[in-house]
Amino acid sequence: MRIMPTPCESPAPVLLRRASGIATLDAALGGGLAYGRLHEIYADDPAEAGAATGFALALATAMGDGARAALWLRARQAVRQGGICRADGWADLGGAPGGGLIGVVPDAIALLRAAADALRCGALGAVIVESWGKMRELDLTASRRLALAAEKSGVPLFVLRIAAEPVPSAAQTRWQVAAAPSAPLPARAPGWPTFDITLLRQRAGPCGLDWRVEWNRDRHIFQEAPLSGAVVPPVADRPLAQPGPGAGHPRDRHAA
Amino acid sequence: MRSQDPALGIRGTDTPPDAPLVLVAKVKGAMVLGAVDADARALGLVPGLTLADARARIPDLIVAEMDAGADRHWLQRLARHCAGWTPLVTTVPPDGITLDIAGADHLFGGEAGLLTEAEETFAGLGMAVRLACAATAEAAQALARHAPLPIAPLSSADEREAIRALPVAVLGLEDEAEIALRRAGLKTIGDVAVRPAAAIAARFGMAAVTALRRLTGEEQAPIAPLVEPEPLHFERRFAEPVGHQAAVAGCFLDLLRMAAEALEARGLGGRRFVLTLFRSDGARHRLAIETGLPTRDPAPVMRLFDERIAALADPLDPGFGYDRITLFLPVTEPLAAAQPQLDGATQDSEALAELIDRLSTRLGPENLCRLAPRDSHIPEQAQLALPAIDARAPIRWPTPPPGQPPQRPLFLFDPPQPVEVIAEVPDGPPHRFRWRRKLHEVRLFEGPERIAAEWWRRKGGEAPGQGGLTRDYYRIEDARGRRYWLFRHGLYEEKADPRWYIHGLFA
Repeated sequence: MRIMPTPCESPAPVLLRRASGIATLDAALGGGLAYGRLHEIYADDPAEAGAATGFALALATAMGDGARAALWLRARQAVRQGGICRADGWADLGGAPGGGLIGVVPDAIALLRAAADALRCGALGAVIVESWGKMRELDLTASRRLALAAEKSGVPLFVLRIAAEPVPSAAQTRWQVAAAPSAPLPARAPGWPTFDITLLRQRAGPCGLDWRVEWNRDRHIFQEAPLSGAVVPPVADRPLAQPGPGAGHPRDRHAA
Repeated sequence: MRSQDPALGIRGTDTPPDAPLVLVAKVKGAMVLGAVDADARALGLVPGLTLADARARIPDLIVAEMDAGADRHWLQRLARHCAGWTPLVTTVPPDGITLDIAGADHLFGGEAGLLTEAEETFAGLGMAVRLACAATAEAAQALARHAPLPIAPLSSADEREAIRALPVAVLGLEDEAEIALRRAGLKTIGDVAVRPAAAIAARFGMAAVTALRRLTGEEQAPIAPLVEPEPLHFERRFAEPVGHQAAVAGCFLDLLRMAAEALEARGLGGRRFVLTLFRSDGARHRLAIETGLPTRDPAPVMRLFDERIAALADPLDPGFGYDRITLFLPVTEPLAAAQPQLDGATQDSEALAELIDRLSTRLGPENLCRLAPRDSHIPEQAQLALPAIDARAPIRWPTPPPGQPPQRPLFLFDPPQPVEVIAEVPDGPPHRFRWRRKLHEVRLFEGPERIAAEWWRRKGGEAPGQGGLTRDYYRIEDARGRRYWLFRHGLYEEKADPRWYIHGLFA
């Protein structure tokens, strides 16, 4: 017999999630991207740096609200190889560059320390850490420390690794991003930013799925990329044209 | 009690000596004379006249803007200079200084000696001065402004005579009251003084009676002297040199607490803290940190100093020990006692400010920035990176119009990277280009967006052909889906064989 009543278990804290706008993507993520967790974004080719950074900024914009600043930490190598980041380009993606802070750090250790301090602050909307090349210091232990700090403060952390191979880490989700052809606007102009994203790994959830998404900067959501107006690509073992009476020559194959 | 009063006159040094100089200020939309010099006054100009009238009378007039702030500042400096004669000095704006020389005049040879010395000093500064001595501060000011100029101090009988001869304007009443006094036939202080005080109080109020009594010496009011705030300097000296890390840290914490008390007493917060460690062999180590917001709390300042020490190239070597440690606060700002808000918004902004301070101290202030727009069409000059420790508030960037895909790239190369392009001549878009040894097919393009060089910034830029090359920018998407920003440097009319460059990458 117990005299003291058993303390009732406090309910598990509800994990805040942000829906991306695409039903299948949200279903795979269990409702949306989680706040207070580490999300990794990889781009294996340096030429995809623009797409990967654009995706990371789009996620940060979707998850942050306008009132809180975003902190973007770049390794010095990133500035040298990737170029200077532009606030008008960031605003064109829907972000609020005026409240954003851009930090340039000399090396990987400083990058991790700055990220940890920023996560502990708790007054930021999102923290983006950008690094180029293989960084040995960003290993499992470091990422676990960052993940703990993010959990405590509830600030989402996006680790953007360009020209790097995926390594084991304590990330909630791991993405591989590449640029995709966009739906052209009238007069053959390039359209909205479109990405080919692959969910490489998710903690306690399905992975290995991919999507082609388009970022709508006005509504701050992702959309399924509409099929481009190109022709259905030809199948290898069937002729395009059906043979008919007075069969004509097969039509030219369209380039895919 | 004796007092003095100089009047101010400001003149530029590069004006010809015979042209009259006036200072003008804008009053209700019209330019009105605020001050005139002796030549202008001799020609009949008085303050209060409009500039148009003055110019009509005297065409060759030298006009300068009146700067009230600079005048005030100068007056304060003169007052501080006068503190060499007596510590009780106060300013009577716009152009008066009052000194209380009750116990100090014997050091300079009595009142006469002090007046002569004052006149010489001000003449040396190039200032025209009217001096007067009286029993009360108000009487001295009044005599200096209105009485004809005797420099020698007056005996008390002469002084009373002089005060009684002053016009009623020195009472400082409103215009209607003054006109009423004059209409009643009371033109000088002497006339008013013989009337019963009750009658004056009933008609013009107690203020008139108090002013009268202060002028005639029946009532005395002390002046409020200017007080220089003490500099915020705290130090600790040790009988034996101290080298142990914990002891130095403890001493520093004590100094910060003393500073916090002093700051709280004055209602200030420190923004810049300088710690100097004096080693026993004479070497000095100086550490300085800066915060974005004024602060009194010792804990964040200690953390910032830890960052600063960790970021030093050579570690701090105490040698045989430090025998003196000082803390100086050169920059302070007003800081009211904060009231904690219930919604935690102030906590957020404080936490963010502390993070900015810490990262700026660790990385250097120029490595943590906010981006601000700059008014320029040239893309590489369209933004400024301001250190976040200086730019405290978020900066407004214009929102792009809805429904339009990104027009500006996310990354910009500095300098733009050359590419080889196949395009139609003269104005056609690129069909194919080679960048970093890879060939890209252009699938979609938008352009050209023509950005001309800023010809007004070049010497001789207004001549045709000298303004600089125009750029034609194209938003390109290649077959793989990557989006670039290319430009052709120079039109075919401007340059024989213009080169193409890639300037940036889109998402």
